[in-house]
Amino acid sequence: MILAQFLVLAAVLFCIGVYGVLARRNGVLVLMSVELMLNAVNINLIAFSAYLRETSGQVFALFVITIAAAEVGVGLAIVLLIYRNISSPDLDQLDQMSG
Amino acid sequence: MNWFQDWALTLSIFLPAVGMVIILLIPRAKENAIKLVALLTSLVTLGVGIGILADFDYSNTGVMQFRVNDSWIDLIQARYHLGVDGISLPMLILSMLVTVLCIVYSWNHFPEPHNPKGLLALILLLEVGMNGTFLAEDLILFFVFFEIVLLPMFFMIGVWGGPNREYASIKFFLFTLFGSALMLLGFLALFFLAGTFQIPALTAKAGIDIAHNTQNLIFLGLFLGFAIKVPMFPFHTWLPDAHTEAPTVGSVLLAAVLLKLGAYGFIRIALPTLPHAAETWAPWIGLLAVVGIIYGALCCLAQTDMKRLIAFSSVSHMGFVMLGIATLTAFGINAAIFGMVAHGLITGMLFFVAGSVQHNYGTRELSRLGGLLTSAPKMGWILGFCVMASLGLPGLAGFWGEFPAVLSAYQPAPGLDVTTFRIFMVVAAVGTVLAAGYLLWMYQRVAFGTPKPEFAEAHIHDVSKIEWLAWSPMLIGIVVFGIYPEAIFGITNGAVMKLYGG
Amino acid sequence: MMNFAWLIPAIPVVSFALILFFGKKMPRQGSEIGIAAIASSFVLSCIVTVQWIQRVDETVSEHGLGIVRAIGKGLLANSEEGVAITPVINTVEWFRIGTLEVAVGTQIDGLAVMMLFVVTLISLLVHIYSTSYMHGDVRYTYFYAALSLFTASMLTLVVAPNTLQLLVGWELVGLCSFMLIGHWWEEKANTNAALKAFLTTRTGDIGLMIGVIVTFFAAGQTFDIVQINVLALEGHGGHTIWMVGASCLLVGIIGKSGQFPLHTWLPDAMAGPTPVSALIHAATMVVAGVYLGARMYGVFWQGFSIADGGVNPMALVGGITILIGAALAFVQDDIKKVLAYSTISQLGYMVMGLGIGAWVGAVFHLFTHAFFKALLFLGAGSIAYSGTHHSFDMKKDMGGLRKHMPVTFWTFIIGSFALAGIFPLAGFWSKDEILATAGQGGYEIFMVVGLVGAFLTAGYMTRCVWLSFFGEYRGHAHPHESPKPIIVPLIVLAVFSVLAGLANASAFGIEKFKEYIEPHGEAFPEVLTPQFDVGLAALSFAIVVIAIGVGGFFWVDRRELRALKGLTDRSGTAKAGHSFLMNKYYLDHLYERGIVGGIKGPIARAAYWLNQNVIDGVVNAAGRGSAALGRLTYRFVDQDVVDKAVNSIAQETGNVGGLLRYVQSGRVQRYALMLFGAVGVLALSLVIFS
Repeated sequence: MILAQFLVLAAVLFCIGVYGVLARRNGVLVLMSVELMLNAVNINLIAFSAYLRETSGQVFALFVITIAAAEVGVGLAIVLLIYRNISSPDLDQLDQMSG
Repeated sequence: MNWFQDWALTLSIFLPAVGMVIILLIPRAKENAIKLVALLTSLVTLGVGIGILADFDYSNTGVMQFRVNDSWIDLIQARYHLGVDGISLPMLILSMLVTVLCIVYSWNHFPEPHNPKGLLALILLLEVGMNGTFLAEDLILFFVFFEIVLLPMFFMIGVWGGPNREYASIKFFLFTLFGSALMLLGFLALFFLAGTFQIPALTAKAGIDIAHNTQNLIFLGLFLGFAIKVPMFPFHTWLPDAHTEAPTVGSVLLAAVLLKLGAYGFIRIALPTLPHAAETWAPWIGLLAVVGIIYGALCCLAQTDMKRLIAFSSVSHMGFVMLGIATLTAFGINAAIFGMVAHGLITGMLFFVAGSVQHNYGTRELSRLGGLLTSAPKMGWILGFCVMASLGLPGLAGFWGEFPAVLSAYQPAPGLDVTTFRIFMVVAAVGTVLAAGYLLWMYQRVAFGTPKPEFAEAHIHDVSKIEWLAWSPMLIGIVVFGIYPEAIFGITNGAVMKLYGG
Repeated sequence: MMNFAWLIPAIPVVSFALILFFGKKMPRQGSEIGIAAIASSFVLSCIVTVQWIQRVDETVSEHGLGIVRAIGKGLLANSEEGVAITPVINTVEWFRIGTLEVAVGTQIDGLAVMMLFVVTLISLLVHIYSTSYMHGDVRYTYFYAALSLFTASMLTLVVAPNTLQLLVGWELVGLCSFMLIGHWWEEKANTNAALKAFLTTRTGDIGLMIGVIVTFFAAGQTFDIVQINVLALEGHGGHTIWMVGASCLLVGIIGKSGQFPLHTWLPDAMAGPTPVSALIHAATMVVAGVYLGARMYGVFWQGFSIADGGVNPMALVGGITILIGAALAFVQDDIKKVLAYSTISQLGYMVMGLGIGAWVGAVFHLFTHAFFKALLFLGAGSIAYSGTHHSFDMKKDMGGLRKHMPVTFWTFIIGSFALAGIFPLAGFWSKDEILATAGQGGYEIFMVVGLVGAFLTAGYMTRCVWLSFFGEYRGHAHPHESPKPIIVPLIVLAVFSVLAGLANASAFGIEKFKEYIEPHGEAFPEVLTPQFDVGLAALSFAIVVIAIGVGGFFWVDRRELRALKGLTDRSGTAKAGHSFLMNKYYLDHLYERGIVGGIKGPIARAAYWLNQNVIDGVVNAAGRGSAALGRLTYRFVDQDVVDKAVNSIAQETGNVGGLLRYVQSGRVQRYALMLFGAVGVLALSLVIFS
């Protein structure tokens, strides 16, 4: 079953991404983990698209890639500003929003 | 004049907004330009109001005139629906007039911190909300304008208020917002059960297809929203604090117009759309009204601060207005509208004088004041005049709000318990004596006698030209309406008869 | 002219405005405007009076007195329309509420005509008098403005065709009395008196207000006085509602006309300038209450079943007031207070007269009393102005003024005799009319009260005249006769005090007053016309003479004794001087106990004590109590309960927010954890529940 293998791969990739988002302290690495999660979803979309012979999944994947590019652009800019402000990419030090 | 028929109401709501934007664009340093723009804007708005007065069809006061009915938010079927009839016309003109007078009075009475730009912009924004509330014929539109009013008043108290201003402003804001939330719930319930936000349509349906218990619950929501704004006992406690802390023009606007929004809501929305629930709740409204009359008067007797005393007197006077409304008769509602206009003029004047007294003496403590008639005779006379008007002397405006309201309680609308209302009548009549008591007591302490030693040498300014300019229209109004009450009854009666004529 | 009667109150209103705005710039500071205005009102009133008399005469000559009388009795009311002498009513619409139209206008009939004449005449004399009396006063112009408004308000009340206009005039009269009693507002005592007057009458006004409302509904939603009276006499809607209405209106009368137990403001009101006291007591303010009683007589007749005899609240209140007022007049040293208590007592006669069905007597007494009471007050003012340097204390600053101020003395004597009821002066006729009706209408007990009152009246007036004008001068001024503006009004009033009674001198068969003033028609009840009773008249006259004699005897005797004692003691030692003081004190006591019946002294003082401590105490305690109640409510209920509830709601909302605060850590990754956790939980629940 080809589909199952793709799905397992995507799930593993997604879990790695989740782990990265939750556990990494460096903002850049967190962003990269988000990217992993998005790509895991992309794999799923492509796999289903191929399996169901339906092209809309691929169109969606293209959209996700575009959005991911924009997201990384904005995200990196934010990380850069954080670094400028507190001289560190460490997200734990960023708790000014604490209520 | 056809374009005027179509545009008059829109102009009277949004001209002040235009003025406000212009003021915001003028640099803060150019004070005279700012004042001039504010005055001109309010004068032009008043001019539109006078145009409406001139063009109004007085033989059909019960019909909505100058009607505007355009689509607005189709998604929720809210429409941009405005109209003016005999009930809203006096309130609209009152609101326009008082705004002009407040701007005139502000000319050289800006409170600290000195920021004419901010204060005048807020006054104009306030006028947008007040005029809009009196003209809205759509519940959502009404709600929007009703809420717009909160904001400028909040800042006016919070920025220019007295020492305890933060507490007072937040209390004012939250208290009224709480009421508004329940009121909005009521509006939404009406929408879902009756299918429209249009007040005329709701009035025509008169809630016939709504179950009785549901009606009562909806009415309770509306009641809380409006009663807090009036304010009725026991929801009045924001009022003394807000009045005591607010700057003079804030107090005047609050007393003269803002308190009327609640009572107007009762007359325009709560009673006509839910007449059966109104009948159920009327004895309770009446009870709270007369308790408010006596209670407000008793609290007045305990005050040492002039402005706080006047604030409590508002609770008492609005009690008469609410008693008139609670009778659900044409007589009582006419009296209530008259009472609102009269209270607006008279209590507005009292706050003006209290403001000038504070300006002159630097205090409002009754125990330190005295001999105003000696140091500033004209101001003393004006205060005496307003005191007499306020205690309901016939021949001045206050009487025509008070006496017919008491009279109407003798015979409330069919379906209401006559005995209960007659007891209310007697209690309210006792309230008139208490009113005379606290007002004359205040007048004796402020105006009679000789000035206290600490002010014996002080130079007290008598009424200045600006003050004459700002006050005389109100003083003239008090006399004219007192001698010729038909000037208001003639406008309101047709509209009231249409809604409550039986 | 009767159709233009609205001019009579309108002219003083205009004059009020003119004086207020331009008075200070006038050469005589506005007084000339006031005098001119009142004079023209007076002339117009005279014209209206003459026209009314002609109207009555014409009707009578056309149809004969008998028929008019018969219509008055209601016998022919339905058979022949238009014969009855109807009032001339002119109205314009004032305003309209609901379906009700309220009119404003004038109602001219005998009663209104009589009041117009009295009010404008007395007001005119007071205006003239004040040019001299108030000369150089700090607020001369303002004083005249207030006088104009005062007169205008009273005239508005008098011509009122409906109860609402009457209420308006009534309250405005109260306002003006407040302004004038507090004329010298620098002194706290004066402003206290003004406040007391306003608040006490306003308390009575609750009654009037509710009475107006009750009669409005009882008569089928109308303020129209004629219609209310007609329906009241028919007993429309049952007797009870009219009884309630009449009782409420009576409370209004009690407040305004200084009846027991709301009379305490009246003596305090002496704090105002003397001309104002004259105006208040003779023509405006206090007589407004009696006028109301006469105007709405149908309501009282029905409500209190006056035709049935016995005792009713109105007669009772009047009767008590006669005695209470007269007794209190004995213990006053201030001449104005003697007169004030005397007014209370005389108003008691009028109210009692109305209560026992003596409508003509009561109104006639109002008419005559106006002249002699104004005369007495103006006389007292004349004494203070020229004799005692603005003191009203009879014991300290008066005495022996007879020689220095002959005109004041003689006019004062005439006034006193008229008040006491000496034949043939004014007071005799009007008092006799009331007493005769009481005796013949089934109210014998009130006749006795009236006779006792007459005895007391003569007694205290004797004391008052003696202390002021006889004996030796005890003051420190240089007494001389007053100037012309003061003297002329005194003389005019003295003439009226002598002659006014002859308008209805029933002993000589003259009943002009009754003929022209008494209404005829269905709006007026069938009142008793008393026969002149020679025995009763002789008895009351004898009682008065005895009272004057007894009083005079004690006074003269005491003076001589004192002079005698004084002579002996001046030649004696210091110890003898001490005993002289003791003796004098003893004599004073003897006088207090012995004079005019011996017992009246202690009773009067007890009544005064009751007055000052109990009734006045209740008034004061009510004031203090409500202030304290106000403080308590404010502190404990408003601030502690109502306000605290509001504050605690805010507090609780804050606390809940504080708890939520821990969730808001500010760490992005903790938020993400929550996000994924929530997704996990949702996914899990999806799996389980589907």
